[in-house]
Amino acid sequence: MKILVPVKRVIDYNVKPRVKMDGTGVDLANVKMSMNPFDEIAVEEAIRLKEKGIATEIIAVSIGEQKAQETLRTALAMGADRAILIVSPTEVEPLGVAKLLAKIVEEEAPGLVILGKQAIDDDSNQTGQMLAALTGRPQGTFASKLEVEGDTIKVTREVDGGLETISLSMPAIITTDLRLNEPRYASLPNIMKAKSKPMAQKTPDDYGVDITPRLKTLKVSEPPKRVAGIKVADVDELVAKLKAMGVGA
Amino acid sequence: MKTLVWVEHENGAIKDATLAVVTAASKMGEVHLLVAGSGVAGVADAAAKIAGVGKVHLADDAAFANALPENIAPLVVELMGHHDAFLAPANANGKNIAPRVAALLDVMQISEILSVESEDTFTRPTYAGNAIATVQSSDTKKVITVRGTSFAKAAAEGGTGTVEAVASTGDKGLSSFVGAEISKSERPELTSAKIIVSGGRALQNSENFHAIIEPLADKLGAGVGASRAAVDAGYVPNEYQVGQTGKIVAPEVYIAVGISGAIQHLAGMKDSKTIIAINKDEDAPIFQVADIGLVGDLFKIVPELTSKL
Ligand SMILES: Cc1cc2nc3c(=O)[nH]c(=O)nc-3n(C[C@H](O)[C@H](O)[C@H](O)COP(=O)(O)OP(=O)(O)OC[C@H]3O[C@@H](n4cnc5c(N)ncnc54)[C@H](O)[C@@H]3O)c2cc1C
Ligand SMILES: Nc1ncnc2c1ncn2[C@@H]1O[C@H](COP(=O)(O)O)[C@@H](O)[C@H]1O
Repeated sequence: MKILVPVKRVIDYNVKPRVKMDGTGVDLANVKMSMNPFDEIAVEEAIRLKEKGIATEIIAVSIGEQKAQETLRTALAMGADRAILIVSPTEVEPLGVAKLLAKIVEEEAPGLVILGKQAIDDDSNQTGQMLAALTGRPQGTFASKLEVEGDTIKVTREVDGGLETISLSMPAIITTDLRLNEPRYASLPNIMKAKSKPMAQKTPDDYGVDITPRLKTLKVSEPPKRVAGIKVADVDELVAKLKAMGVGA
Repeated sequence: MKTLVWVEHENGAIKDATLAVVTAASKMGEVHLLVAGSGVAGVADAAAKIAGVGKVHLADDAAFANALPENIAPLVVELMGHHDAFLAPANANGKNIAPRVAALLDVMQISEILSVESEDTFTRPTYAGNAIATVQSSDTKKVITVRGTSFAKAAAEGGTGTVEAVASTGDKGLSSFVGAEISKSERPELTSAKIIVSGGRALQNSENFHAIIEPLADKLGAGVGASRAAVDAGYVPNEYQVGQTGKIVAPEVYIAVGISGAIQHLAGMKDSKTIIAINKDEDAPIFQVADIGLVGDLFKIVPELTSKL
């Protein structure tokens, strides 16, 4: 069984995003970029399924600028077998990404596609679900545990009230939550080896997919700023403040 | 414009999240509801009483139990033949269903809206809430998820909607529900609690978390939250997590105990009315957003605070 893992190049999670003065977006010039953290978890899960003998090949795919090659090399260094880069100089919306991924699913027929639940830049949380719809496959979103049992997969999901378990017929689409696993670091020898693993380059046109955005960003602004308040000296002062607010009175 | 709101319900009761979505929908046009589930006629009757609601579409079939998106999405698509917008809460269920609907309709979803600027223009948070985007949709049908803390709740009573049964689109046979471990708690739900006490990595272990955080929460009638670090370390289960990728909360009072204030955590709580932080590091970023800060050891401060309230 093949596993397809879409990985997105995004602002590093440790960087505080700054809105550009002209209100057109977030300033990404000279900002550290990394693989979306949920996608690292997805790559890790695919590798574990391969180590267990359930998966045979892991294909990483990214849609973005040429620089997304770095993200794919990271996936290869972690343990993916080959990569596909679909180059687009402009940002592709989740719907467009899902349509491109659906084409790759058609070509490669993976038993599982494992995506992140959310990209930490657009915070859309929709690409996996859209891919599932477009391919007519079941979806196991926000997964914290996967168990492949023959041609079904049992998915434990993080939901609002706790955990939920569902059973999906395979092929299926999975999106990862934080507790699914802890991703490994790529070792130096594996980083070297990754350089010679195959990486195909494509364009959206190769797949005949129209990626014209449906949403127009009119403006990007900073949220209302909170200002630091006061510090109290001790618990008594805190209690007095709370009681003044009618809390714990 | 005619909108269709997905009604979230559990054990025969409508979840609060739905009421904020109704308010968002009412800013766009007429509000119709969809109650899908198994044995949910009573839910539909209750939904018809929500203020401002028109028609309630009732889809009663075992296929719709447990909100499996593989079965619900085709039903919504069917109903979207005569609605212009579909809205669901930006929570686990809404985020699971709405994008599946959007793709089937060939529509780009507008995720987690904070406001309705016009029928086609909305604001939404990106980059962990550090950048608020105003977006305009060119799709003829809109698919939207709604951040509950950004809209007032519609009144649960006073409406005069009518219930209309709709045909089931059936079980697609792709997925099935196996079971759930839903924590039972007497405490208020995080997303609607007036006061929240949250604990972080500093609590060190599960025993401390329960012994330090819970008595304070009990005293205040508060909900209990946690940082990702506390959840990952197993002090409390996943449903406690507040943040960019956990729950978004906006209580009157948020008390952060032993939480550093990473941007991913702030993303989930910085719209709280009053933030109180207890941390031994006076330079912890949480103090930059806190209205009231107390620097010191939580293991001394919190028990003393609990006893003095
Ligand atoms: C993709 C992604 C998503 C994420 N999503 C979330 C999310 O939704 N929610 C979330 O919370 N995090 C999230 N995080 C994690 C986030 O980046 C931080 O790692 C996390 O919030 C830190 O938790 P913490 O503040 O409890 O721990 P720490 O950062 O370790 O802070 C502990 C704090 O406790 C203080 N302290 C220690 N001992 C004491 C004591 N005795 N008395 C008083 N104070 C003490 C320390 O000074 C410190 O400030 C996410 C990260 C990633 C990469
Ligand atoms: N441009 C992209 N390239 C590759 N994968 C992507 C891209 N955009 C989104 N994804 C995948 O979809 C997931 C969810 O993204 P989103 O729906 O944008 O929050 C990510 O975690 C990735 O796995």
